[in-house]
Amino acid sequence: MSTSTTASPNEAKLWGGGKSPFNLEYGKVMMWYFLMSDAFTFGAFLISYGTVRFSTNGWPDSNQVFRSFPFAPEGVHAPLVFVSIMTFILIVSSVTMVLAVHAGHNMDKKGVVRNMILTIIGGIAFLSCQAWEWNHLFHEGAWWGANPFLNADGTASSTNFTNFFFTITGFHGFHVFSGVLINIIMLIMTLLDKFEQRGHYLMIEKAGLYWHFVDLVWVFVFTIFYLL
Amino acid sequence: MSHPHNADANHEANNAAVMAEIKKVTILLSVLTIVELILGFWMIGISSAALRLAIKGVIIILMMSKAFYIVAYFMHLKHEVKNLIMTIIVPLSLFVWFIGAFLWDGSSFKNLRNTYNPYFKEQSTIKVEKKESEHGAATHGAEKHEAVKHEAGAGEAKQKPADEKYY
Repeated sequence: MSTSTTASPNEAKLWGGGKSPFNLEYGKVMMWYFLMSDAFTFGAFLISYGTVRFSTNGWPDSNQVFRSFPFAPEGVHAPLVFVSIMTFILIVSSVTMVLAVHAGHNMDKKGVVRNMILTIIGGIAFLSCQAWEWNHLFHEGAWWGANPFLNADGTASSTNFTNFFFTITGFHGFHVFSGVLINIIMLIMTLLDKFEQRGHYLMIEKAGLYWHFVDLVWVFVFTIFYLL
Repeated sequence: MSHPHNADANHEANNAAVMAEIKKVTILLSVLTIVELILGFWMIGISSAALRLAIKGVIIILMMSKAFYIVAYFMHLKHEVKNLIMTIIVPLSLFVWFIGAFLWDGSSFKNLRNTYNPYFKEQSTIKVEKKESEHGAATHGAEKHEAVKHEAGAGEAKQKPADEKYY
């Protein structure tokens, strides 16, 4: 790649002008760059969480904190169960989004509509789960600046744990919320035949990139907060 | 390409390949998540620090592979032009330094405080006695008793070596 002799004729065509050298539509390239900047934002949040955790002697045990389940009788503790359901909801909604993008490639309006509806339902289900969890933690006395949970070794904890938890899951939840709104707008545009008129479903692909990114961030948030 | 029915056949084959790939990645992501959860459940009962650290390492590897499958296949990055892949991956590789430097800094700060700030160190060894009853309410009475007993036992055990040091 360093010399012109190794450049294939394919590559020469790519950089010869007249078309995107990334072989990608402008909006999709820009979506990638936006997601990259967003990755740095989330990365900064998670790294600061790690730094603070590494600089403290004690930290609450996530299995003691996140052990509740909706409609479970009092005193029943199920660590990890609720959050694993949330994780699977997001994975499944990511899969339906892929199917919507794929249907868009085939100009299959019906498939796009069906899979977008499923993706929106998945997003709303995830947000509902998160709302329940936040509400439950709030009623246990946890909020920004308030941490009722002791450290794993029984010593007094600081508010760092709850501050980071609510800030980071809140920021992620806000992304999910925006994603649901974007998906609803895409669904309406599909139903109004906007993409049929344009002759392509590229907007669905851009919304899909954003939605997968939200799922990707949850992979990290879920692992770091609930498993590590 | 000149024969329309040929192009149709190509399209069909391509369709089937894409669907097979989606199916494969879905199954992979589910399996990786389930393995992560099994490790998480397993870790609840483990007290050995070294083993916990090893499990955490495995969980991080699984997390990174999940991230790879989502980005490469769901976000389609693997099938894009190499130039695009590089403009995404090269800036993100800064994270290697970010994570290493900041975690190192955090743990260094902890060591410095434990070494030079006796108050900080002492505070982080004092067990909280009765605070649990304030928020725990009546939901887990039996467990609370056990916890208190355990804490008391641990406290005594901690106390003794510390006392011996002074003599």
